[in-house]
Amino acid sequence: MKMAVITFPGSNCDYDLYKAVQQVGGEATFVWHRQRRLHGYDAVMLPGGFSYGDYLRAGAIARLSPVMESVVAFARSGGPVLGVCNGFQILCEAGLLPGALVRNASLRFESRDVHLRVERQDTLFTSEYDAGAVLRVPIAHGDGNYQADDDTLERLEGEGRVVFRYVDPTGTVTPDANPNGSWGNIAGIVSADGNVLGMMPHPERAMESLLGSADGVGVFTSLVKSLSTAAV
Amino acid sequence: MPQDLVTSPLPRPTDPPVTPELVADHGLSPEEYERVLHVMGRELTFTELGVFSAMWSEHCGYKNSRRLLRLLPTEAPWVIQGPGENAGVIDIGDGYALAFKIESHNHPSAVEPYQGAATGVGGILRDIFTMGARPIAVLDSLRFGDLDSPRVRYLFSGVVAGVGDYGNCVGIPNIGGEVAFDRGYEGNPLVNALCIGLMKTEDLITASASGVGNTLMAVGARTGRDGIHGATFASEELSQDSDEASRPQVQVGDPFTEKLLLEASLELIASGAITGIQDMGAAGITSSASEMAGRAGNGVELDVALVPVREPGMTPYEILLSESQERMLVVAEKGQEDEVRRILEKWELEAAVIGRVTDDGRFRVLEGGVVVADIPALPLTQGCPTYEREGVESEEVKALRSADLSAHATPSGDLTELFLRVLGSPNVANKRWIYHQYDTTVRTGTAVRPGGDAGVVRIRGTRRGVAATTDCNGRFTYLDPRRGTLAAMAEAARNLACAGALPTAITNCLNFGNPLKPHIYYQFREAVRAMADACQAFETPVTGGNVSFYNETDGKAVYPTPVIGMVGVVEDVDHITRAAFRNPGDAVVLLGRNSAELGGSEYLYVTAGLVAGEPPEVDLMAERRLQQAVLAMIQAGALHSAHDCSDGGLAVTLAESALGSADPGDASLGVEVTLDDDLPPVAVLFGEAQGRVVVSCAPERLDEVLRLAADHDVPARSIGAVGAPGGALRIRVRGAAVELPGERVRDTWLQGLSGIMDAPHAAGA
Repeated sequence: MKMAVITFPGSNCDYDLYKAVQQVGGEATFVWHRQRRLHGYDAVMLPGGFSYGDYLRAGAIARLSPVMESVVAFARSGGPVLGVCNGFQILCEAGLLPGALVRNASLRFESRDVHLRVERQDTLFTSEYDAGAVLRVPIAHGDGNYQADDDTLERLEGEGRVVFRYVDPTGTVTPDANPNGSWGNIAGIVSADGNVLGMMPHPERAMESLLGSADGVGVFTSLVKSLSTAAV
Repeated sequence: MPQDLVTSPLPRPTDPPVTPELVADHGLSPEEYERVLHVMGRELTFTELGVFSAMWSEHCGYKNSRRLLRLLPTEAPWVIQGPGENAGVIDIGDGYALAFKIESHNHPSAVEPYQGAATGVGGILRDIFTMGARPIAVLDSLRFGDLDSPRVRYLFSGVVAGVGDYGNCVGIPNIGGEVAFDRGYEGNPLVNALCIGLMKTEDLITASASGVGNTLMAVGARTGRDGIHGATFASEELSQDSDEASRPQVQVGDPFTEKLLLEASLELIASGAITGIQDMGAAGITSSASEMAGRAGNGVELDVALVPVREPGMTPYEILLSESQERMLVVAEKGQEDEVRRILEKWELEAAVIGRVTDDGRFRVLEGGVVVADIPALPLTQGCPTYEREGVESEEVKALRSADLSAHATPSGDLTELFLRVLGSPNVANKRWIYHQYDTTVRTGTAVRPGGDAGVVRIRGTRRGVAATTDCNGRFTYLDPRRGTLAAMAEAARNLACAGALPTAITNCLNFGNPLKPHIYYQFREAVRAMADACQAFETPVTGGNVSFYNETDGKAVYPTPVIGMVGVVEDVDHITRAAFRNPGDAVVLLGRNSAELGGSEYLYVTAGLVAGEPPEVDLMAERRLQQAVLAMIQAGALHSAHDCSDGGLAVTLAESALGSADPGDASLGVEVTLDDDLPPVAVLFGEAQGRVVVSCAPERLDEVLRLAADHDVPARSIGAVGAPGGALRIRVRGAAVELPGERVRDTWLQGLSGIMDAPHAAGA
C-alpha cells in the first residue's frame, strides 16, 4: 500500500502520520507541496500542523499549493484521502468536505485526550472498529470548532456522514465532552462518496499504549485492509 | 599588532559624537570604557560603541557571574559539549546525543507577555537545532505574582498563550515545567524555557567560524529595527516607565518561519555544505559573528549593505544590533554558497552572502565597502571585565529566617479544611489550565506528559527514554540561598528518579536581582556554591545555561531563583514510572523521614501569608541514596508508582498520587494511611521536609521494596493502602485526621487554578 503524506510549509504531524502508516505495514512517502504530479499512490494523507502559519485562515493558503490540484483530482476519482487536524481544515478550504472549522469556543488552544464514538463502521477508515466503539485519542488545535449551515448539517446527519463524535468515556454525547464547540459534537466527517475523511483528533498519535493509547491504530489498519480488498 | 594594519573607520555623517554621556547610556562604566580604549588603541565610532555595549553587557559578557560560574563542575565522561556553545550536549547511549539548554526571557515578558514568552521559546529552539539536534521537547518554568492581581492574571495568561502558540506551531511537544505564584514575583515575572534535542552523535556541529576564506551567510528572516539593544535592556532594572519605553526592545516572533528555519538548518547541516551555524539571538549579528570568529580564533569581515533588511535606511548600528527573530548566521564552505541557497529556497527562505572568514582575528564591518567598525574579535568576546562583588546577607532575610514559627505548629483550624486550602492553592492545584494550551503529544514521543514529576520522551528505534524536569522553590532560596539551591537540585533529581531515569546533567537559569547590591550578590554566590556541591554529589555536571540579573522593578528584586533544568536517561521504557497510584489494595510506602520543619512552606503562605523560617535541611548523600533506592525498586519492577514529596507536603503528595491525571476516563483512587510520627500533625501533613518519596507496590512486593530501601540505607515504612476508584482520602496523624470524599479532593484540586482563570473578568487588564 503506497501512501503519500503531503508536507506543506508548516506541517508538523507529517512525521507522525508517516510512522503510523509504517506501523501498520503501509509504505509511506513524503510529498513536498510544490510537487504537481501525484501518481502511483493508493491513498493520500494531509497532516496536521500550521500550514503557512495559519496566518490567514487555517488551511486557506495550503489549498492553493501546487499539489492540491492533484489531491482534488485524486479525491474526485474516488481515491482515499485522510485529513487530520490542519489536514481537515485544508480539505474544507479545498471544497472536498463541507463546512468550516472555526476558533474553539474556549478561544484557547485545546490539547488533551478526548473520547470519540465511532458512528459509522462501514467506511474505508473505520471498518476495523466495532460500531459504537469509544476511542481515546489526543486533540491539539485552536480552530477545531466544526460549523456549517443548517442544510449542510441536516444533510450530513441524514446521510450518516458523521464518522466520529466527541463523547464522554461511557460513549454518551455531552456538552462537557465537546472540547471545541463543534456543532453536534462532530469530530470527523466523510465526503458524500465516503472516500474523503476529515477529523480534528489525531489517530496517528494514538498508536501505542506506551504513549497513552493505541485506539487510533484502527483508522490505519482499516484503510490498509480496505485498499487490499479493493486491489483483489 | 602593528598600528599600520589597523584600519581606523571614520564616523558616519549622521553618527552622534561619542561623549561620556553616550558611553554611560550604553551601560559601560568609565573604567570599562577605558579598557575598551586600551583594547582599541584609539577612539571609537558610534557603531563600535554599540558593538562593545552589547558584547560587554551583562547578558553577553557575564561580567558579574563568570568568576563564580567557574566553580561549577562541567565535565563527565558522558559530556560531549560543555558550556560555551549554543547548548550543552551529552551522550545518552545507542549512538544518540542529547542537546539541551534553558534560557530566560524575563524582561521582554514583563513588558509584552505574549511576544516575550513566544520569542523565548523561539530562541531556545534555535540554540538546539543549531547544534544539529532536532528539538524533541520543551519545558517552561514560570513565576508570577499572586493571581488576585488583574495585572498578574494578564501576564500569566499572555505568557502561557505565547509559550503555547509558538511551540504548538513549530510542533515541539511541551512535556513539563513548573509555575509558582508568590508576591515575590509581583513586578517581575520569570519566564524560562528549556529545550531538549536529539541527534546522532556524529551529527554534532558547533558555532565556530572555521576555514579562512569560507563564506558568511545570513539566512532566514530579514533584519528589521526590532529588538535593538535587547541585550543591554536585559541588563537593566525595570521601572514603572519600562512598559511603554521598552516595547520597541521586545521582538516579535514568527513560529512559522522558525519551523521552516528548523527544517532548513537540519538539512543544511546534513548536506555538509556548512562548517558552522549560530542563531542571531541576543545582540544579533554582532554576537553571532564575533563569537563564531572568537571560538575559531579567526576573524570575520562582513558588509551590512549585503544584509537583507526589512526597510531601507537602516544604519550599520541598527543592523548590527537588531534582534529580529528567526535569523541565523551560517559559515558556508567556499564554493558551497549555491547549495546553501538551494536548500533555503526549498524552504522558501532567503540566504545572502554577507562576508567571509578572515585570518586576522578582527571583527570588521563594512558599509558598502567602507569600514565602519574594526575590532579585535577575542577581546570583544572574551575580554569583558569580570567582577567579584561584595556579598552580604540582608538583615531582613536573616530576621525572617529566624522567625519563631512555633505558634504555627498548632493548627489554626480544622486540619481537613486547612488541607483543602493548601490543595486548592494555585501553587499546588492541578495545572491543566496551562498544559491544555500546550501541544504535548506531537512528534509521537511523549511517554509522560506534563503534570507528573518529570516529562519523558522515548527515543524511537531504541529501548531508551529521556526524562527532564525544571525545579526551584523560590521561597527556600530567598530564605536561605544555599539550602534552597540544594533543595532545587535534590528535587530535580528525585523527580527524575521517580520517573525511572538516572539524573545525568543539568542546565541552569539563574534569575536574580541587581548583582551590584551586596545582598543580591550574596544570594548569587551562595546559590552557585551550593549548586556546585550538589552537582558533585549527584554527578550531574552543568553543560550550559543562562544568567539573568536585574530582575527588579522599582528597586525590588525577585526571589533569587536558580532554576535547575535536569535531564536523565531512562535505560528501558519499561522503567517509566508515574506519580499516580495504579491498583486498589496496593501498599503505600513512605521513603525518607518526616520532620518538624515548616519554614518556607506553602502551608505558611496560604494560612498566614508568611514566607519565613528555616527552609528544610538537605542531606545530599541521603538524597543520592534515595534516588538510587527508587531507581533500584523501579528497575526491579517492584513499583506501581513513585511520587516526589515537595510543595504542599506529604498530604498533597498522597492526594496527587490518588487523583492521578484526573482526565476523563482515568479513575482517581482513594487512599488510606496512618502517619504515627511523634511530630506536630501540621508538620507531618504540610511540612516540606526534603528527601521523601511516596511509592506504591503490590502487597506481595512490599517486603522487597522495604529490603531495597534498607540496602540503600533509606528509611522506609509502609503507611497504608491505595483505596477504591473514587474512594475517600484518609490520612490519620496523632490524635487527628484529614478525611474527605474523593470527589471533594478532586474538585478542589482541579478548581484551584482554573477556577480563578476561568472566572468572568479573570483575563485581567
